[in-house]
Amino acid sequence: MEVLAYLIPISLLLGGVGLVAFIYTVRSNQYEDPEGDARRILSDQWDDRPKP
Amino acid sequence: MTAQATPARAACPGCIAAPAEPARPVPEDVQIALALPGIHCSACIATVERALNAHPGVEDARVNLTLKRAMIKAAPDTRATDLIPVLERAGFEAHELDPGALSATQTDKAGRDLLMRLAVAGFASMNVMLLSVSVWSGATDATRDMFHWISAAIALPAIAFSAQPFFANAWSALRVRRLNMDVPIVLAILLALITSLWETALSGEHAYFDAALTLTFFLLAGRYLDYRTRAAARSAAEELTALEVPRAIRLTDGAEEEVAVASLSVGDLILVRPGGRMPVDGEIISGQSELDRSLLTGETLPVFAEAGLSVSAGEVNLTGPLTVRATAVGEDTSLHRMADLVAIAESGRSRYTSLADKAAKLYAPGVHILSALSFLGWYIYSGDIRTALNIAAAVLIITCPCALGLAVPAVTTAASGRLFRNGMLIKHATALERLAEVDTVVFDKTGTLTSGTPELTDLGDHSRSDLEIALALAEASSHPLSLALSMAVREAGIKPAALRDIVEVPGYGTEGFYRDQRVRLGRAVWVGGEDGEQTAAWLAIGSRPPLRFTFTDSLRAGAAEAIAAFRATGKEVILISGDTQGAVRALAAKLGIENWIAQALPQDKAAKVQELSDQGRHVLMVGDGLNDTAALAAAHVSISPASALDAARVASDIVLLGNDLSPIAEACDTAVKATRRIRENFRIATVYNVIAVPLAVAGLATPLIAALAMSTSSITVSLNALRLR
Repeated sequence: MEVLAYLIPISLLLGGVGLVAFIYTVRSNQYEDPEGDARRILSDQWDDRPKP
Repeated sequence: MTAQATPARAACPGCIAAPAEPARPVPEDVQIALALPGIHCSACIATVERALNAHPGVEDARVNLTLKRAMIKAAPDTRATDLIPVLERAGFEAHELDPGALSATQTDKAGRDLLMRLAVAGFASMNVMLLSVSVWSGATDATRDMFHWISAAIALPAIAFSAQPFFANAWSALRVRRLNMDVPIVLAILLALITSLWETALSGEHAYFDAALTLTFFLLAGRYLDYRTRAAARSAAEELTALEVPRAIRLTDGAEEEVAVASLSVGDLILVRPGGRMPVDGEIISGQSELDRSLLTGETLPVFAEAGLSVSAGEVNLTGPLTVRATAVGEDTSLHRMADLVAIAESGRSRYTSLADKAAKLYAPGVHILSALSFLGWYIYSGDIRTALNIAAAVLIITCPCALGLAVPAVTTAASGRLFRNGMLIKHATALERLAEVDTVVFDKTGTLTSGTPELTDLGDHSRSDLEIALALAEASSHPLSLALSMAVREAGIKPAALRDIVEVPGYGTEGFYRDQRVRLGRAVWVGGEDGEQTAAWLAIGSRPPLRFTFTDSLRAGAAEAIAAFRATGKEVILISGDTQGAVRALAAKLGIENWIAQALPQDKAAKVQELSDQGRHVLMVGDGLNDTAALAAAHVSISPASALDAARVASDIVLLGNDLSPIAEACDTAVKATRRIRENFRIATVYNVIAVPLAVAGLATPLIAALAMSTSSITVSLNALRLR
């Protein structure tokens, strides 16, 4: 059962990483236009070079 | 560059590169926001962005497809009115939004706050659930206790943060001695935490930390969906820029001065240019023109205006400049008196209780009584307060309205999303439920069923040479009838005749000379024709008897389809207009509406709607003008087009973003389906309770059963709601 001493902190840490990543995406406005972003990926407008 | 033009002054080559130009204050870029009701695909995004970025004033344009809007960063002197035609040429309808009102929604704090709480509850419940699964699959003794303690360490701070909205709502309800949905929620969460802590401290078998967290998570999800739907609709509806003029031109000792409408006072002289809207009620002092009163009264025929005529705020000046002496300003204007009618009618509507409220009213006391009874029963039977409290907590957790909290928001989010894609904004929370009950539809004519722009009807009755002359005269004026005439004649492939000395006589028409004959196009009295019931312009060529050109108000796209669809579903359609008998009769006949009323005053419209409501009917009012606002507010539910006056949009529950009317009938259909789904969801939630509650009362419920009942019922109601999309 000693393995629990590692596994529980690891599971908590992974959960925490997920939470922090989610908070980052909210703060950087990544949910402003979900529908538009889903469609933009189909456009070939900036395929050859990134948008300046 | 200035530096290169004066190299002699530079002592060394390095100084040439130094900026010699004095730093001018750089004017700040402007933010323009446009609503684009018609966009729906990736090609639309690309076309709109390309069209906007090609405009010289635009620095950066980005389309938001979710909100159907474009945000534009532009050079300081660029106006939205310059960009709208650009988009129209590209084939997209566009309306200006107020960027000031927009900034409030961009930094959407309340929404983000809820999302953070939702995320914390979600991640915490995942971790706790992981530990709980180990307990359910057989962890015992010290391991189980340790898992319970870790769960408590995660759950307590997570709930303290995440469940704050529920705590706040429940507290504000209890303070005024009322019960709302949040009181049983808070009680369940707190009781679950307390009994679980107690059990953990005594090395007990059952702890409900996971239940308390998943409960918070599901309920926050419902709250968030509800918030999103309403915030999107509310902000977009408010942002449609007001049509009322915020500024006016005041004449002080002959000098023109632009001032805010709010600073005008009675007796001020105000100059109203052609195309401008009257900012005040008043009397014309000088000038001749024609006035478009359609937004106030529903009349399509422009009224002749000259010195001495009284005007009301909101009327549009068409042809010549007018000087007006203000007789009433601000809140005393007829425009504001109509807004007051709205306030009176509005108070009637707040009496509607939503399905969710009805459910909550039954639910909250029921749950409390059941939980209290099981506590008492078990305490009397076993004499053990710990067992009794555990069972009471289990009853509260299992009956807790996870599914109820999701049942309504999940459906309204799906339905509003579907309507938004069809170009409709739901402004009011209960609008969908009320729309589902509609059995009578009342339409306004001008600006609602018709587009408010005239259309020539008798092009074929005139000879080519007459049309050439008419076209030449019509093109010299910006009067709506002239514009309609020249558009129709141009489309027939006719070129204007060569006229000389063309002048526009404001208020009357245009005049010129054709081969030494005087030709006139304009009002009947001026040209020598006779005023009839129909909208008409007259053409006189020399001494020949004048010719009549008749016009009709062109039908709005989708009007016929919408009315046909309403009839197909057995709803009665009524047309009420402030326009003349002839015009209303003609339109009613064209659309096949049997029940129509003409020359209705604003009070008459509201009274008619009230009368229908008193007969027990549920009226849907569709209107756009100020004369409709009272009726819009008095109706069971109301819809107005985006082109409507501000006051009308405020009074209505649903705003139609596009020009097409046909989504209205579809919206009724969606609303009926949505209400059916809400009821189904309530039934599903009840079925789960009927199965799980006896187990809890009998003391057989375990945290595993609670988790299963809660999750499956929440997921089923969400999936059921998604069928609507």
